Amino acid sequence: MQHQPRKHRILPLLTLLIMLLPLSSMAADDSTLFTEGISILIKGNFKEKQLAIQQIAASGDSRARGLLQALLEGKLYRIKKDDTLVFAEITDSRAHIRSALGGENLGEIKKRKLKKITINNGLRTSLKSSLARIDLSSPDPAVRLQAVNLLIIGLSPKDSGLLTNLLETETDDSVREELLTAMNIAALRGDDHGAAVTALKQLHGNLSPAVRNEISSLLNKENLDESLQKEALLVQRSIQSKVSFFGLVEKLFFGLSLGSVLVLAAIGLAITFGVIGVINMAHGELIMLGAYTTYVIQQLMPNSIGLALFLSIPAAFLVSGLTGIIIERSVIRFLYGRPLETLLATFGISLILQQTVRSIFSPLNRSVATPAWMSGSIQINPILSLTTNRITILIFSLLVFAGLYLLLRRSSLGLQVRAVSQNRAMARAMGVQAARVDALTFGLGSGIAGIAGVALAQLTNVGPNLGQAYIIDSFMVVVFGGVGNLWGTLIGGLTLGVANKFIEPWAGAVLAKIIILVFIILFIQKRPQGLFPQKGRAAE
Amino acid sequence: MKSTLLAATLGCALAIGSVFTGHARAAETIKVGVLHSLSGTMAISETTLKDTMLMLITEQNKKGGLLGKQLEAVVIDPASDWPLFAEKARELIEKEKVAAVFGCWTSVSRKSVLPVFEELNSLLFYPVQYEGEESSKNVFYTGAAPNQQAIPAVDYLMNDMNVKRWVLAGTDYVYPRTTNKILEAYLKSKGVADADIMINYTPFGHSDWQSIVSDIKKFGSEGKKTAVVSTINGDANVPFYKELGNQGITADTIPVVAFSVGEEELSGIDTKPLVGHLAAWNYFMSVDNEVNDAFIENWQSFIKSEKRVTNDPMEAHYIGFSMWVKAVEKAGSTDSTAVQEAIIGVTVPNLSGGYSAMMPNHHITKPVLIGEIQEDGQFEVVWQTSGMVAGDAWSDFLEGSKDLISDWRSPLSCGNFNVKTGECSGSK
Repeated sequence: MQHQPRKHRILPLLTLLIMLLPLSSMAADDSTLFTEGISILIKGNFKEKQLAIQQIAASGDSRARGLLQALLEGKLYRIKKDDTLVFAEITDSRAHIRSALGGENLGEIKKRKLKKITINNGLRTSLKSSLARIDLSSPDPAVRLQAVNLLIIGLSPKDSGLLTNLLETETDDSVREELLTAMNIAALRGDDHGAAVTALKQLHGNLSPAVRNEISSLLNKENLDESLQKEALLVQRSIQSKVSFFGLVEKLFFGLSLGSVLVLAAIGLAITFGVIGVINMAHGELIMLGAYTTYVIQQLMPNSIGLALFLSIPAAFLVSGLTGIIIERSVIRFLYGRPLETLLATFGISLILQQTVRSIFSPLNRSVATPAWMSGSIQINPILSLTTNRITILIFSLLVFAGLYLLLRRSSLGLQVRAVSQNRAMARAMGVQAARVDALTFGLGSGIAGIAGVALAQLTNVGPNLGQAYIIDSFMVVVFGGVGNLWGTLIGGLTLGVANKFIEPWAGAVLAKIIILVFIILFIQKRPQGLFPQKGRAAE
Repeated sequence: MKSTLLAATLGCALAIGSVFTGHARAAETIKVGVLHSLSGTMAISETTLKDTMLMLITEQNKKGGLLGKQLEAVVIDPASDWPLFAEKARELIEKEKVAAVFGCWTSVSRKSVLPVFEELNSLLFYPVQYEGEESSKNVFYTGAAPNQQAIPAVDYLMNDMNVKRWVLAGTDYVYPRTTNKILEAYLKSKGVADADIMINYTPFGHSDWQSIVSDIKKFGSEGKKTAVVSTINGDANVPFYKELGNQGITADTIPVVAFSVGEEELSGIDTKPLVGHLAAWNYFMSVDNEVNDAFIENWQSFIKSEKRVTNDPMEAHYIGFSMWVKAVEKAGSTDSTAVQEAIIGVTVPNLSGGYSAMMPNHHITKPVLIGEIQEDGQFEVVWQTSGMVAGDAWSDFLEGSKDLISDWRSPLSCGNFNVKTGECSGSK
């Protein structure tokens, strides 16, 4: 039943296809077009391949789509010996091959006996547009939408008839909208003033970049009709105000996402530095250990990247947490109350950890794969899209914050930690084992740093220097937010992130960092306790 | 400040500990200095070059050494600490009495050791692409000068891919700044308008690329074909390419051509979002010829891993080392002055299937290759210059350097001779 409406669509589509094809190629016989294209594809250089692709696409052969798709994905190979075209699935040094023309299975072969049919960017573009033209009749609305998008570029006023035909049979709303936009653009390119003015009226507030370019090129035209110019300016203004609004939304999102990374990196430090007052210069390296844990777990289970990522969270917490406890028990506990010596000792530890990782994993960066659900972006409208990895990390950091907050507020460990941090002597008098609490608190802060490492492994390099990049930012956030206050870290981190992103566009990335740093220095002069000063005895 | 001081001291201690004098031989040897960071931030790139040098020296010894003597590598770790580079260079030359030094990666480290090599009249072979605007009697630049990498890449984009708008994105230090200055002047000389060039600098190790990539996207959505010319260095590349992929910028909409991303860097990246982006180098591991095959085989068996890749700076060391060997044989001695005279004009095979020659300006001739990144982390060559390109020490596109030439042959023997005034300013 669902097939019924689609059949009607085929006729106008075919007309469209024919219009789009180069005339010369239509003259030749279709099957020779295909075989000729294939032989050029095997032997030709990039320029010849370009023609071959057009020929193959124009041939209308049923194998064309699969062939072009495989070529685009880099799965099309030829056997070096006899130039047979094959689809190949490569695993290590072996390849599983299938005939590209006949489709029959040809078994396995050594990878070295195959040669890939290579393409470059130019070919990639023409492959995509060839595929899109075939795809105008695709059952998938998303594919049709993209096909229409590609059409807009080469549109002329003559095409409006075809577009009307397409519109009549189109059922999907977003594709209809795109088709209407295409028709309006076609009208703008034509000579009919009345049609152009109506088209402009309909384009009010349309955010598609094609429309924006069309209108600015219209306005640049010489001896433009006055009424048309007035209307065009009006439309441009309406689009412009929308663009700047969404620009603001985008900036805010960028800022929050940068802030969430800062919060994640700093929150472990907020505990070790804020609660037990240890200046831990090895904090960055604990983050790094978390990132390497992610890498190792992914190596152990290469086929389920998503699951590996989830397992990495507790694993990284344990690895970094235990390392933290070892550091605390073996070094830091002898240095309580001597901040300068703690600083130097932990800095030494950070260098040791870095060089250890260099010796074990080599100084080269390791690659951590991103699961499919974390790559790409969510398209809100043509000019605003939010990247999914950033959204995930934003949510993740809020969850970590909430979890940590609950732990400190609601659990008995949290109570003891707060008691020790507020008044060590009194807490001990009440039977709290201060030394044990110190070790656990340090372990907790370090473990959280490890979790931050899991998130950072998705954003940046996993290498021995990972930690150094975040240590200064982490201290900045904690000091700005107020030592010993988790809320301060959250608000401080997000504020710094947003401020950074609003300064960046007009000052540049380098200057933005400097301005933020200067601002914090001045702020600390005025309010040495940070945004949210800690109350109680520890503050004195 | 305290922390950097401490780092320096610790680095020193580490470096002194790692002086490696090889096997104590009774017979006389020729010492070759290897000055690459094995710890600190630059270890990521430079460790491989140290291994390359050890391999080349081992091979030369198997062939019977040089002038009837065995070669001996003296490896010192300057720990990514620029002042330490100068100190260690002095140690290599004065204490270890090395015949030549192969080393340095960053321009800062090269500038730091330069006065030492000039003062003690020793030889440095520098294997990395750099910004040009320098020519020293004691330094041989075997990496690419801007006209051997940046300018051909821009030509390719302009002529073959019809790029009309340009984003010049770089890390904020001397190499990107100078290269972009040259490129900007070059683009303007080709009639590109100011509005069609966007220049952007970011700090070292920048990891939050959201707004910059979004700006690039907007810049590229204005109807004209846009490309990014990237001099972004080191670690900042991974988050940059990831962000490009996530924001939906693919190589066929806005291609990125990079000058600092090679096979080694790609081996630490998830390459899926990068496929189709470009890099310009003078050598790719994927180049198909016998010399290169042999080199890769030697390398992988020397390093005992079939997964290790080769890259452009390694080839530069290969060329530089062969040139030095040939020049020493020609001069019949390892004396610096004799080798300096002998090496000009020396021609050796490179790994891209041609021959490279040492020019009188101490730069070499190389082919320029443009490659597209493939899913397996290798490059597919999509374009290359028809012949060798000679390195130009002083760019023709910068005010103040276009009248300068460099020629270390006597009687001129000058690194920055001004053809207009007829004067040699600076070093002789």
